[in-house]
Amino acid sequence: MAINKESNAYTIVFATVMVVVVGGILAFLSLSLKPMQEANGKIKKKMEILKALLTTQEYQTISRTNAEAKYAEYIKAEVVLDESGKIIEEGKDAAFNVDIKTEFKDKTLPVSKRNYPMFIAEKEGKKLYIIPIIGKGLWGPIWGNICVSEDKRSISGASFGHQGETPGLGAEISQGFFIDRWTKGDEKISDENGDYLPFEVVKDGSGPNPTKIDGISGGTITSKGVEEMVNRCLVPYTVYFKTLK
Amino acid sequence: MSETVAKVKAPSEPLFSKKNRKLITDPLTDNNPVTVQVLGICSALAITVKIDTSLVMGLSVIFVTAIGNFVISALRNIMPPRIRIIVQLVVAAALVIIVNEILKAFLPDISEQLSVFVGLIITNCIIMGRFEAFAMANKPWPSLLDGIGNGMGYAGLLLIVGFFRELFGSGSLLGFKVFGSAIPGEEWGLYTMGYANNNLVILPPMALIIVGVIIWIQRSRNKNLQEEI
Repeated sequence: MAINKESNAYTIVFATVMVVVVGGILAFLSLSLKPMQEANGKIKKKMEILKALLTTQEYQTISRTNAEAKYAEYIKAEVVLDESGKIIEEGKDAAFNVDIKTEFKDKTLPVSKRNYPMFIAEKEGKKLYIIPIIGKGLWGPIWGNICVSEDKRSISGASFGHQGETPGLGAEISQGFFIDRWTKGDEKISDENGDYLPFEVVKDGSGPNPTKIDGISGGTITSKGVEEMVNRCLVPYTVYFKTLK
Repeated sequence: MSETVAKVKAPSEPLFSKKNRKLITDPLTDNNPVTVQVLGICSALAITVKIDTSLVMGLSVIFVTAIGNFVISALRNIMPPRIRIIVQLVVAAALVIIVNEILKAFLPDISEQLSVFVGLIITNCIIMGRFEAFAMANKPWPSLLDGIGNGMGYAGLLLIVGFFRELFGSGSLLGFKVFGSAIPGEEWGLYTMGYANNNLVILPPMALIIVGVIIWIQRSRNKNLQEEI
């Protein structure tokens, strides 16, 4: 039986069958590999939290295999705050299980209902507070962790990640040199009374100022995204820190 | 279907006949897809900073060219000619997604380093080139061999470039410190004598220079490859 391969009907049937078969294979594969990919994502999240806490040299010893253990070693407590800085949940994995990315994306969830997780770590006898933040870059989401030192005012470390910022420009936020600007310990998130100080990402090189950080040349929109992200996410925590004083 | 016909029709041709062996060995040397056909240069520059990323990228491309060539060749007689490029693209894209998902699940760190370049395998000219030039006109078995051969030709070149770039750029091979340690305060090996890693080797232009040198060596050894001026 000869089939006319040039006919429209044959072409359409062939294309339909092909799409269904390929779609089925890919859907099956995606579903069966999802648990492993999610497990990898969780370890990555722990590594990013540790990256904000540790110095660059200490972080070099962290790998996927020991991240879980190191996380358990450093992170002593987890709390979740509401927008007004009150603790609404605490306990093991309480903060880790909050997905601020989904909450940030969910337009039906009012801002006042968002959760604000925080990780409390102990390093060399000092209490440090790690705050996850989320925001928008130029092409997609950007996120990070800010580590606040024991005085509850100074930033002692940070880590940043992004989904698809331009390599060499906006993507530089995840590079060491940008993170180093946050680790000197002289950046302040609040004044002596504990009131929040708005943060600025600047172009003019006035970065050493306590509430300013030098941005990235050619990555203005990503830099502004970092500024917006830090300012929006840190406020509830300063309210909480104030109540501790 | 066509495969069984081939076996009945040509019982005299063994699976690894001289002709079939040539399909694998040719792309490794005189018909290398990168150095002779100059395809797939872009990714060869981007992911050859270290040997492990080169290796994984090479294996991914071998997988896509081999399976893709086989599938396209098996479908070649029932494929509607008017949408054949679309069919080829769908096959290549599906295989690339499979590779990407598997890497994300089992090799997350390398998957992060390769980032978009795994997805961009689909734009690698070697793949569509082999589908259109070889698989559409040959039986599945030779097509599979041709796919493996060309993938290996690509992977082999990546490994050579990756070897030099990792050795002179980071002073290591597969992460093993060959020249000693450059960490301030704990130097040992060559670094104590003032040796320093060459940062130019890390940057993409050096990959182009290494590929250029390989092409130069190859063409000076084999005069047939030289073009008339």
